[in-house]
Amino acid sequence: MIDLIQTYWVYFLIGQYPQGPLGGVAVTVLLAALALLLAMPMGLLLGLARVSSIAALRRPVTALVYLVRGIPLLLMVFWIYFYLPTVTGHKTDQFSTMLIALVVFDSVYLGEIVRAGIQGVPRGQYEAARALGLGHAGAMRRVILPQALRSMLPSLVNQFVSTIKATSLGYIIGLTEASFIATQVNSQVFIHPTAVYLLLSLMYFILCFGLSRVAYAIEKRQARRALPRPARSPGSPTANANAGSNA
Amino acid sequence: MPGFDLQLLLHGQYHEWLVAGLRVSLELFALTIACALPLAVVVALLRLSPWRALQGLGATYVEVVRNVPLIAHLLFWYFGAPELLPDAVKQKLYAGNYEFIAAAIGLTLYAAAFMAENIRSGIRAIPAVQFEAARALGLGFLPAMRRVVLPQALRVTVPPLLSQTVILWNDTSIATVIGVAELMYQAARVESAAFRSAEAFGFVTACYLAGSLALTAIAAWIHRRWPVRTL
Repeated sequence: MIDLIQTYWVYFLIGQYPQGPLGGVAVTVLLAALALLLAMPMGLLLGLARVSSIAALRRPVTALVYLVRGIPLLLMVFWIYFYLPTVTGHKTDQFSTMLIALVVFDSVYLGEIVRAGIQGVPRGQYEAARALGLGHAGAMRRVILPQALRSMLPSLVNQFVSTIKATSLGYIIGLTEASFIATQVNSQVFIHPTAVYLLLSLMYFILCFGLSRVAYAIEKRQARRALPRPARSPGSPTANANAGSNA
Repeated sequence: MPGFDLQLLLHGQYHEWLVAGLRVSLELFALTIACALPLAVVVALLRLSPWRALQGLGATYVEVVRNVPLIAHLLFWYFGAPELLPDAVKQKLYAGNYEFIAAAIGLTLYAAAFMAENIRSGIRAIPAVQFEAARALGLGFLPAMRRVVLPQALRVTVPPLLSQTVILWNDTSIATVIGVAELMYQAARVESAAFRSAEAFGFVTACYLAGSLALTAIAAWIHRRWPVRTL
């Protein structure tokens, strides 16, 4: 097992880079971070649409949420990878395919986190802002969202964990992320499959468990700070958002 | 771009492949639920037990399983784990339908970790005084559980457990990674044999969506019919 780590750790972390394309853990983390960043503005818009009083905005977004949650992410990857090129005429490469799929996936889940965050702010806050003369947009931007966004931070970190786990789907279409590189190492070494896949799992565990501890610590700190303030409306926003988030 | 050929989905060879895939997906789903639920109850009880060692065991299981992607689980059970067995047993496994068994093991262990958390928080949501009050009123341990604690705990637990089964239904698609001939696998097969991606993926999308929406609707109905009662 020590031999295995000594021989292959660089390959596992960055793939063939700089001689070839970047791969391994670096691609896993890069893809997840990029997808989450790109999904943030979309998620904010979807979340606002979900709590909108205008049905024409709310209904299509609600349908999108049910659609994306109702099918496997892998199926979305297949649609993008195999079907999209017959429409556009260009082959979509593996990285872009995974990026598009993950941005859609994250936008929808972030949208639900934003919605739970907004709904977690007591209604009196909005009414008070309106009573003080702010318009709907002003009340949202200056009163509701600053409070909602702060309470969403732990859920955001947890969504990053989900995204890192989801990048492993790239394995199926041949993206050189961590699981794919591990399988390549396995076919080169051939005699230690148990060790190779245990090490792969260990890498994911360290990354994801570490991040989820960070989320937990943020949540704890927020709970401590929130204590002197008046009681919140039932169901803390983070708890709601986590219940909706995926495996 | 060719038009959408519905006939392809209604009869013929491709129709048979896709329907066979649906059957395998449903079998995998049913088998996994049947095994994951009891395991989840055991893990939840471990985490709620008064002994620290058992609590730690339960917590370690949940954290280790949840923080590793399902694909890594399946790759481990299919390629990694059989290496620990004697050669003869290994040969026999790979000659048989081992990919289905490996997928069922991986999915069961994975789903159980999430379900255990749903069950644990459901039981913890019922204040201990409910049980104590029932005993004080003269009910025995079992009647107190059956008539007072469980009816309340089930109301809290069942809707999130059903949401978890929606995720499990979608997660069965990952079994295609190790070559289980389920829906995604057959869709990819039709795609490469006939270059009919819209039809193949359309069929699969309808199957997953129908399953997910049905389970979601049942969860919503249960939630309305038996709402959570809090003190």
